[in-house]
Amino acid sequence: MGLGSLVQMALLGLIAILFVTLGALAQDAAFAIHMFIFAAAAAIAVIYLARSYGQPVAAASPEAYLDGVVRAGAIATVFWGVIGFLAGLVIALQLAYPGLNPDLEWFNFGRLRPLHTSAVIFAFGGNALMCTSFYVVQRTCRARLAFGNLAWFVFWGYQLFIVLAATGYLLGVTESREYAEPEWYVDLWLTIVWIAYFLVFFGTIIKRKEPHIYVANWFYLSFIVTIAMLHIVNNISIPVSFLGSKSYSAFAGVQDALIQWWYGHNAVGFFLTAGFLGMMYYFVPKRAGRPVYSYRLSIVHFWALIFLYIWAGPHHLHYTALPDWAQTLGMAFSVMLWMPSWGGMINGLMTLSGAWDKLRTDPVLRMMVISVAFYGMSTFEGPVMSIKSVNALSHYTDWTIGHVHSGALGWVGMISMAAMYHLFPRLWGRKEVYSLQLVSWHVWLATLGIVVYASSMWVSGIMQGLMWREYDDQGFLVYSFAESVAAMHPYYVIRAFGGLLFLVGALIMVYNLYRTVRGDTRAEAPVGVPAAA
Amino acid sequence: MTYNLLREFADSWGLVVMAAFFVAAAAFAFRPGSRTFYDKAARIPFENPED
Repeated sequence: MGLGSLVQMALLGLIAILFVTLGALAQDAAFAIHMFIFAAAAAIAVIYLARSYGQPVAAASPEAYLDGVVRAGAIATVFWGVIGFLAGLVIALQLAYPGLNPDLEWFNFGRLRPLHTSAVIFAFGGNALMCTSFYVVQRTCRARLAFGNLAWFVFWGYQLFIVLAATGYLLGVTESREYAEPEWYVDLWLTIVWIAYFLVFFGTIIKRKEPHIYVANWFYLSFIVTIAMLHIVNNISIPVSFLGSKSYSAFAGVQDALIQWWYGHNAVGFFLTAGFLGMMYYFVPKRAGRPVYSYRLSIVHFWALIFLYIWAGPHHLHYTALPDWAQTLGMAFSVMLWMPSWGGMINGLMTLSGAWDKLRTDPVLRMMVISVAFYGMSTFEGPVMSIKSVNALSHYTDWTIGHVHSGALGWVGMISMAAMYHLFPRLWGRKEVYSLQLVSWHVWLATLGIVVYASSMWVSGIMQGLMWREYDDQGFLVYSFAESVAAMHPYYVIRAFGGLLFLVGALIMVYNLYRTVRGDTRAEAPVGVPAAA
Repeated sequence: MTYNLLREFADSWGLVVMAAFFVAAAAFAFRPGSRTFYDKAARIPFENPED
């Protein structure tokens, strides 16, 4: 308290003044707005420190786990999840009904799409990863999070990154790099936050009381380290002005494209896979009440994933200017990824052996199993699509979109939401969630939504690919591009309906978790037990 | 340091070192006596039934 707090307030005050100055000197409006957001964040931090100045602090036992930040992260996960799913539904409807693109440039498809992808991947998925990693690392290391309140800086710093990224997209600020659209100054901020995240996580592992590092932490750590590397290399760029929002990549041409997809595919491999596998290796055994099926398989799974994933990126650049050998290398490594992916899926599913009956009575475990099944399905589909001759049909079509969503909604979304159902009662000291019947509703609505989504995109994508390559006997294209777009309309409507089902499921989750936090329990029949006749 | 030099290193020594590391890491998991060690490790999440 005392002096340290005063120094912090003085520094934050200076930072706020610095950012107001930068905003006043800005070359463009978007940069000015972003500098003022930075300044506002610093000012809010000063106000918070000033209000709590001199207040007695409840002396936290140095042994107790730091769970406040996990609770905040769990709420943020649910909040951003709903925002992200809603944005997805809006842009799905904009594709089906182009008239829904308003005459306001901030809300048309082009700007809302990165808002949707970043909201679900980085805001929803990122918060889920951060809060579960903080929860799991403390429990499996039997140690409090390292470096005092640095974890709180990570949490709030990451939310600030999300706000800057989202407002930037709406204002038209973009680097045009898939899944890495934020501009240079937001990238620098994320780098600072991410290094702090690494320090908290790795510091906790260092001071652990449990001699062995549990396998979930290996996956979480590889996710944190690899994302740092990918983020920094992919975003090396030169700003046009240090007071403006525009920058240009340090790489050019095909090298730039490969760096981008080396980043892009490993964002899938290490953000959307390795991190969530960490979640799987803790929460599935925990929920099933049985240790992981084979711990040794989990170690082989880990190393195989690490060594193979990093080379798979070139499959995004088949039939481009990328050298042929690099394309083939990307394809070969993608096909080899079948082995660790299915090894991991089998390991997750077989953890239930001897406990399969719990699927009937525990919808949270059911959600986890559906999630692992989708992990297996989408990592089967991915290598198929990376094969050049398949890719010739599937690339640039909706098939890709369907594939991404079976992985993102099915695997990432379901395992995160199941983890939230497991975490909320424990974090708020409740026995169980408000209603398991409502969880069951969520499970089936979400599963149905994903199936509708993925199957409509299969049909749409394959049709689209076939229409593009249809020649008549004179060698002319049979269909114009606009005709293929018109033919996709029914599938776009079906896809939007699938998204709606998924969103409704998520809203049921919000209500269920809200009542759980309030401490309510719904009077209901247990799940999976037939009503007495 | 040219492109060709890096490429030749990557598809010869680089490949050998990485493949050897992977094989060694996987084989290490199956060393004698590892079963009891890993069975114990797999039970780490269950040390506190409250979590």
